[in-house]
Amino acid sequence: MNHVLVAKEVSKKYGTYTALNNISLEIPENSIYGLLGPNGAGKTSLIRIINQITYPDSGTVLFNGEPLDPKHIAMIGYLPEERGLYKSMKVGEQALYLAQLKGMGKAEAKKKLKYWFDKFEIGDWWNKKVQELSKGMAQKVQFIVTVLHEPKLLIFDEPFSGFDPINANVIKDEILELKKNGTSIIFSTHRMESVEELCEYIALIHKSEKILDGKLTDIKKAYKKNIFEVGMQVFNPSEIIQELKEKLAIFEDYYEVNENQLNFKLQLNGKSTQEILTYLATKAPINHFVEKIPSANDIFIQTISSKNSNE
Amino acid sequence: MNKLLLIIKREYLAKVRNKSFVIMTFLSPILMVAMVILIAFLTQLNDSEKQVITILNESDFFHNEFVITESTSYIDFKNMSLQQAIDSTVNLGYYGLLYIPDAATLQEITDKSFFYTKEAPSTSTLDKIEGIFKTRLQQNRLQELGVSKQDFLEVDKNYDINLSTFSGDINIKGFNEIRAFIGGGFGYLIMMFIIIYGGFVMRSVIEEKTSRIIEVIISSVKPFQLMMGKIIGTSLAGITQFAIWIFSASLLMLVVIFIFDIDPATFTGANPSMGAMSTVPDVSMMNEKVLALGVEIFKIPWVMLISFFLVYFLLGYLIYSSIYAAIGAAVDNETDTQQFILPVITPLMLAIYVGFFSVFNNPHGPIAVAFSLFPLTSPIVMLMRLSSGLGEGGVPIWQVVVSILLLIITFMGIVWFAAKIYRIGILMYGKKPSYKELYKWLKY
Repeated sequence: MNHVLVAKEVSKKYGTYTALNNISLEIPENSIYGLLGPNGAGKTSLIRIINQITYPDSGTVLFNGEPLDPKHIAMIGYLPEERGLYKSMKVGEQALYLAQLKGMGKAEAKKKLKYWFDKFEIGDWWNKKVQELSKGMAQKVQFIVTVLHEPKLLIFDEPFSGFDPINANVIKDEILELKKNGTSIIFSTHRMESVEELCEYIALIHKSEKILDGKLTDIKKAYKKNIFEVGMQVFNPSEIIQELKEKLAIFEDYYEVNENQLNFKLQLNGKSTQEILTYLATKAPINHFVEKIPSANDIFIQTISSKNSNE
Repeated sequence: MNKLLLIIKREYLAKVRNKSFVIMTFLSPILMVAMVILIAFLTQLNDSEKQVITILNESDFFHNEFVITESTSYIDFKNMSLQQAIDSTVNLGYYGLLYIPDAATLQEITDKSFFYTKEAPSTSTLDKIEGIFKTRLQQNRLQELGVSKQDFLEVDKNYDINLSTFSGDINIKGFNEIRAFIGGGFGYLIMMFIIIYGGFVMRSVIEEKTSRIIEVIISSVKPFQLMMGKIIGTSLAGITQFAIWIFSASLLMLVVIFIFDIDPATFTGANPSMGAMSTVPDVSMMNEKVLALGVEIFKIPWVMLISFFLVYFLLGYLIYSSIYAAIGAAVDNETDTQQFILPVITPLMLAIYVGFFSVFNNPHGPIAVAFSLFPLTSPIVMLMRLSSGLGEGGVPIWQVVVSILLLIITFMGIVWFAAKIYRIGILMYGKKPSYKELYKWLKY
């Protein structure tokens, strides 16, 4: 598999404060890569190094297999978390300026801006000043400016903050569309719902160190604890549960009176699902039997709290 | 390079299109001309108010000495007591009463004379009256010695020594001052430009921080490029503004002089009647002197001076505006800038004061030389010194070379230092940094 970006043992210190400690990452081409971590973990420091805003104290970063170089700036698009626009400048003029700073020609930038402005139905904003726009409107302009030069790698730092749910969806769809067209995307956030929806790969950074990375499905597999959620059609719950508990590791049981359904979780504890299912089927009809896959949020909280308690 | 040009263009246009900038650019010359007119008008108004002074003269020594002039007239009181004279003066609302008692000798009279006024009299009035007394005393003494008035005027001659440099250039007295004023004018211009446009650079950096656009931009260009683009763009806007000011102010001035027919001499402050009491200088001699001064002003090495003005202006402005940019990057809002601005303005002020006091007295004295080499003051002080010429009789060439070299070295050092602070500062929010903090940033 080709990697658009590889970081090898990157460290960065600010005075005595360590922002990044020996971080290594591999970001596969044409994927959405979630960079997760609590506030202050070091996500932004890493992103700034990728954007060549700051430089690592040690370690290397490869872009397309080459060490990072100023020429790569034009191939990266970055939407920072702290973002804004010149307030007294006109929208179109400003977008054109930012595009030219990324190395685009004026005519080309104009053409593409027109395409995007039409797509977002904001063509009539061209001559408005930024201070006349709402926050969400300005965010749209910033998004356009970020993706306009068709970068190979896009970096979004908390892209959905400041958007209402409808516009957040529009942006989400655009991100998926960009991925479909071959762009690699780094997606930095601490909001886990969006990770679940978008990311194929994740890395979890906590207190300047990477504590977890890989394919999201693999991580989930690794984090599942062979716990199953079961629902059964039962009319005498107290007797049944008593009986089951003698044989199986059952917890968190409760009875839904209206549905006559007994719900519980069970730990496999070395038994096969086959074995358990056969046994359960002899007791009562089974409504559902589902393996509990941890959500990204579960993994996030679990890893970080276990990390914290170890210290 | 291309990106730098883009930034310069944007910064220039952003500044030039700014409403308050446009208003200031076009309003200032009008304000300036209006002020000059106002001053001229007020000066005339002041002069036209006549002072009336009453005189109670009981002596025989004063007869026709009190001559009515444009600004003062005298009224003689006779056959009154002192109290009556005071009362009448007050009732008539006159400026003051001069009481000259009778006595045996002039000395005694002058010792006992009084000038009564409502409030403390103005110095010009006092000068006039005292001048009259002094002249009368001198005449009296001359009479006792048997010297006629004509003989005395022959004796009382002004003398100006002829001045020359060792190489034989004829100098004129007062010329050094004029040169220093011209140099000082250039120095002052530099200081104003640095304070005004350095402030613009600083505010522009703060604006980028508060609008949060900074990170978007420095993901495309180097912070150093952005800083330099900002400094250059803003200074070009400043030069545009200055050019418009100079052009429109001189145009307006011409129009005003033409329409109102104001005597340009009003502005120069040269009032020939002031010196009239002592000796009336030969008019033709005066003209000769003015002419010679004019020639000397033409002989000022303007081309050299203006070229050096550009060099020192450029280097000085770059140094100071980099510092301003770093200050802007270090803070979150303008109110936090105070603690950093004072140390920046101090050397500028020092340069101006040292320039005016020390360079005027002795353009090539040790203080003047020291300050014209020290890079933070040299743009201003060296220009003042350079108005007296370069090379022999003026500033030694090695001093100019050393000061420019020092400026260039300082410029590189300061820009390096400012760029470091700038690079870290623009991404720092919510902190009011101390000097200690800034020192730490240098090491990141």
